[in-house]
Amino acid sequence: MTSGYAIVAVLVVALGTILVGTYGLRVSRTTSDFYVASRTVSPWWNASAIGGEYLSAASFVGIAGLIFAYGPDMLWFPVGYTAGYLVLLTMVAAPLRRSGAYTLPDFAEARFRSRGVRAVASILALAIGWLYLLPQLEGAGLTLNTVTGAPDWLGALVVTVVVTANVMSGGMRSITFVQAFQYWLKLTAITVPIVFLIVVWQAHGADSLTKPEYPAFRQDTEVAFQRPTTIHAEKALFIKGTGEVDGVRIENTGIVLTDGYHRIGQGSEFTFPKDAPVPHLSTMAHNTNEMWSLPMSSGQDFPLYGAYSLIIATFLGTMGLPHVIVRFYTNPNGTAARRTTLIVLGLLSVFYLMPPMYGALGRLYTPELLMTGQTDAVVLVLPTRMIDGIGGELLGALVAGGAFAAFLSTSSGLVVSLAGVLSQDVLRLGGVRGFRISTVLAGLVPLAMTFVSTGMPVADMVGLAFAVAASSLCPLLMLGIWSSRITTVGAIAGMLAGGVPALTAGLVTMFADTGDAWYEILLSRPAAWTVPLGFTVMYVVSLLTQRHVPAGVQRTMVKLHAPENLGLDSSSSHSGPASGDERSQG
Amino acid sequence: MTTPPPRRPDPKPTQRVVVTSPRTRAPRARRPYSGTREINEQSELGAVYMRTLIGAQRRLGLSVCLVACGALGLLPLLFAIEPEFGKFRILGLGLPWFLLCVATCPMLLLAGWFYVRQAERSEREFAELVERP
Repeated sequence: MTSGYAIVAVLVVALGTILVGTYGLRVSRTTSDFYVASRTVSPWWNASAIGGEYLSAASFVGIAGLIFAYGPDMLWFPVGYTAGYLVLLTMVAAPLRRSGAYTLPDFAEARFRSRGVRAVASILALAIGWLYLLPQLEGAGLTLNTVTGAPDWLGALVVTVVVTANVMSGGMRSITFVQAFQYWLKLTAITVPIVFLIVVWQAHGADSLTKPEYPAFRQDTEVAFQRPTTIHAEKALFIKGTGEVDGVRIENTGIVLTDGYHRIGQGSEFTFPKDAPVPHLSTMAHNTNEMWSLPMSSGQDFPLYGAYSLIIATFLGTMGLPHVIVRFYTNPNGTAARRTTLIVLGLLSVFYLMPPMYGALGRLYTPELLMTGQTDAVVLVLPTRMIDGIGGELLGALVAGGAFAAFLSTSSGLVVSLAGVLSQDVLRLGGVRGFRISTVLAGLVPLAMTFVSTGMPVADMVGLAFAVAASSLCPLLMLGIWSSRITTVGAIAGMLAGGVPALTAGLVTMFADTGDAWYEILLSRPAAWTVPLGFTVMYVVSLLTQRHVPAGVQRTMVKLHAPENLGLDSSSSHSGPASGDERSQG
Repeated sequence: MTTPPPRRPDPKPTQRVVVTSPRTRAPRARRPYSGTREINEQSELGAVYMRTLIGAQRRLGLSVCLVACGALGLLPLLFAIEPEFGKFRILGLGLPWFLLCVATCPMLLLAGWFYVRQAERSEREFAELVERP
């Protein structure tokens, strides 16, 4: 569906982001501006910025794609992404802000007064950030590929360049404005089209979304296969076009696709007839629309384990994401941090109403994506498919622009926070120059990773980043904030015990083919076992090593929990670690 | 008759003797020690103040979190044990769709709003407690 308007929309979003960024360049002068927007951001701006930053490729295209393919089990993604903020609000928002930490390693050091804990937290924050950046770049590749037919790597490259340039020039203050702007852009870009699409669906007679039939082509549909694909046809059907079926080359003629499995070669383009049931990807469950709409229909092994693992990862992982933490520093105090989080909860709830509707309509209107496996594209393809002519193209352009905004904003937030970690903890380069060098590095690594990963759905990849965060940094935050008995040894042991297995499992699922092994679900949804492991190890080891309780822990607790305006003296007069802004003055 | 009234230094020494002498009366001795100072000097009492605040906030946070997330967390189990629940329809939507898409948002917002209100209240109470002179 190459569309001129969509290309224009993507360009406008990219240029707009750069322009708003340059406008920020004129306002951001000091190092402190660069890092934390001088803490002058109001709760609404801040909440919009958090929303803009948080709604990533996974939210914009990924969730709809998964729901489209697997049904209501996947609703746990949007629910978990939202509920994560309730956990964050109730357990860490205010204390985190009061700790004065700019990044997670800053928090680790402020709480534990230990370079060791800080180092481990830095490495984990980097790993999570890069794991999270990877699906953003893949999503960008997919979007650009869907709307323009450009090769996959181009979108990733465009996003990396725009984000790196923007972050290097403007730093965090411009990013706050960019992000806030992006939330509203994304909300518009996903809401306006779905309103029209629902009207059209009603006008078409509001076909039931849950008929006891297999998805079928609504019209003669031309389908391009981007990669070698094994499909399964229920009934024999007659297709026309050019390409390769079961190793036989076909040049612009028809062929009968018998029932059973078929290998379709890369680059094939076939037209499938109207009303024929859609063959499905061999690796995907095949359901009638009625079965699809019921829980536990995704055809995974151990669906209950998968659901709980996903719930644990998303509920607890949000607080451990490096780019989310940064935003709390820009609140003036702990109370404002709480109010900001509550607003975020509202903003996210509104946004997440939309993707499931795209997923459901996709069953009726774009069923061929079940066959090509490009389920993530459902949001992008629906508008042009359902609405003919210029209206559909414009809506398609709006969605494409919004999707691109999603990749840009999440990647920007991640790159800012990763650059912060890199410049302070890895490269040890202070000042604006160090930050700029780190920015380039933060963007290049995931770009390189996109070339070796095995295209899994973007929301699944994001789920893995959440699992690592939930197993390592979440115990650090929760136990560190609420228990004064956690020791430096316990903190390090807990982070490693939870984080290393989760990270390993994530990398194995992403870069190796585990196929149908029974333990596949343990690796692709690791949170249910790694999170309890992280928490238990951190607490038990702490109890065993009570001699290593960090000095001045009581004063740290005062700092974390007491309201700011009481004149309580909380470690600032003591020889504590330099907090983020003090450090960045150098 | 013996002392001339306008002289300044005289009343002070007499007053000081009166105030400092009853050292055993706890309320008077405590007066200048506000809760803020107790906390800053890390006295036992200050530690109690802080433990109370942290305990109250932890209880509040955990209960809001457990009630909200626990309610959500029961759903997969419910749908696994009794698949028939998945077939109920509310407002034209299947039950799982209704619960997860529509009903969770207000529930989470309500829980969040309740938490913010209670947390701010307990901080106000803490502030009043420690700032009482």
